[in-house]
Amino acid sequence: MSEKKIRILIGKPGLDGHDRGAKYIARALKDEGYEVIYTGLRQTPQSIANTAIQEDVDFVGLSLLSGAHNSLFPKVLDLLKKNDAEDIIVFGGGVIPEDDIPFLKEKGVQAIFTPGTPIKEVVEFIESKRDKIGK
Amino acid sequence: MENNKKSFYIKKIKNGSHRDIARAISQIENNIQENEDLIDEIYKHTGNALVIGVTGSPGSGKSTLVDKIIDQELNKDKKVAVLAIDPSSPFSGGALLGDRIRMQKHSSNPDVFIRSMASRGHLGGIAVATSDAVKILDAAGYDTIIIETIGVGQTEVEIVELADIVLLVLAPGMGDDIQAMKAGIMEIGDIFVVNKKDKDGADKVKMEIDYVLNIKYHDNPEDKNPIKKVSALNNEGIKSLVGTIYDYMKKLKKENKWEIKRKERIEKELNKIFSKKLQKLLDLHINFSENIHKWVDKIYQKEETPYSLINKKINNFIKESEVL
Repeated sequence: MSEKKIRILIGKPGLDGHDRGAKYIARALKDEGYEVIYTGLRQTPQSIANTAIQEDVDFVGLSLLSGAHNSLFPKVLDLLKKNDAEDIIVFGGGVIPEDDIPFLKEKGVQAIFTPGTPIKEVVEFIESKRDKIGK
Repeated sequence: MENNKKSFYIKKIKNGSHRDIARAISQIENNIQENEDLIDEIYKHTGNALVIGVTGSPGSGKSTLVDKIIDQELNKDKKVAVLAIDPSSPFSGGALLGDRIRMQKHSSNPDVFIRSMASRGHLGGIAVATSDAVKILDAAGYDTIIIETIGVGQTEVEIVELADIVLLVLAPGMGDDIQAMKAGIMEIGDIFVVNKKDKDGADKVKMEIDYVLNIKYHDNPEDKNPIKKVSALNNEGIKSLVGTIYDYMKKLKKENKWEIKRKERIEKELNKIFSKKLQKLLDLHINFSENIHKWVDKIYQKEETPYSLINKKINNFIKESEVL
């Protein structure tokens, strides 16, 4: 097999200990044929950005339920930018109030998937970027 | 890639830029044919790293052990790279790569580079691109490169073709699997690691390995492989294990086996490249892929037989090329 595989990092920044959502999405994306890297709970933005770079992923999906998304998501984006990796597409999920979504998008998070989103929507989002990432 | 750009890229790999090392690994994963020149360019910078293979059944504690070996190497001011291989799904082609969960504390250390690789349909416990990924990391200046294989059973022994030293990790409580492993995987371990030594049965596992090795090395007991009991989770016995790895390396070098081993590796690699190229070339000339379904039908209908059909096609090609 020499086809170009899409690689996705599912990261959980911050201190909340709820990873059912993250694990669910990691598994579902694997079943859709993507290579998914999961790094476990309580990651710092620094370690998520470094992992994204070492794994050369096309996407980073951030899952957060603690409410700290407005501070942690932009931190990951900043670190990617600092490391010449701003082409990596960042999306988010978890308990995120509607009101916060415009702010996060303005900061560069390209999509937010709130609880109950069918996996199909996530896949459609990823597939819509295929040309952009050259795969 | 044009020459200027390429040499700049290689320079960045050699300088240890994580971004460029990672991209180079993706390139060879996705298409080795287009990137053969990259591997050839860096080749002269390879051969300096110690390549350690870590293999064993699923759940034997390979990732946790690798995490602790990284600690020991960092204590000695070494730069460490890890290639952690997990299986791709034969159904979706996707993969869930989770080995690095156990090593995440190293993810912010600039002296550590960890990369997960999916097997992408390759059997043998590693991925097709693993061997070239090792070369990239070697050229990038990592002193120690650890390859963690897929959780293996009996015959996934390809790691022996890539690593200088193979650690075979075993753990108690996995039934009678020592018996099962006698034929295949037991033969590739340079150092046997009995992990989870705090658990019941660890001594028994050690005794069983000891028994097998005593038979194997009956006439030359000085060559018997080391067996080390450790608890990776509790960080016990790891320093001593790493000491054993370096002693083993020194022994191989002293007995001139190091060079033999590395030459065998090159030989196997050349064989692989040769087979792949030859197959591709012949495929092109006898239109194998194009005609395979037609030929299957003919053989199914008993109009042809398998050996004679392939011999005929190859002989035709040879005849034609002689005319040319």
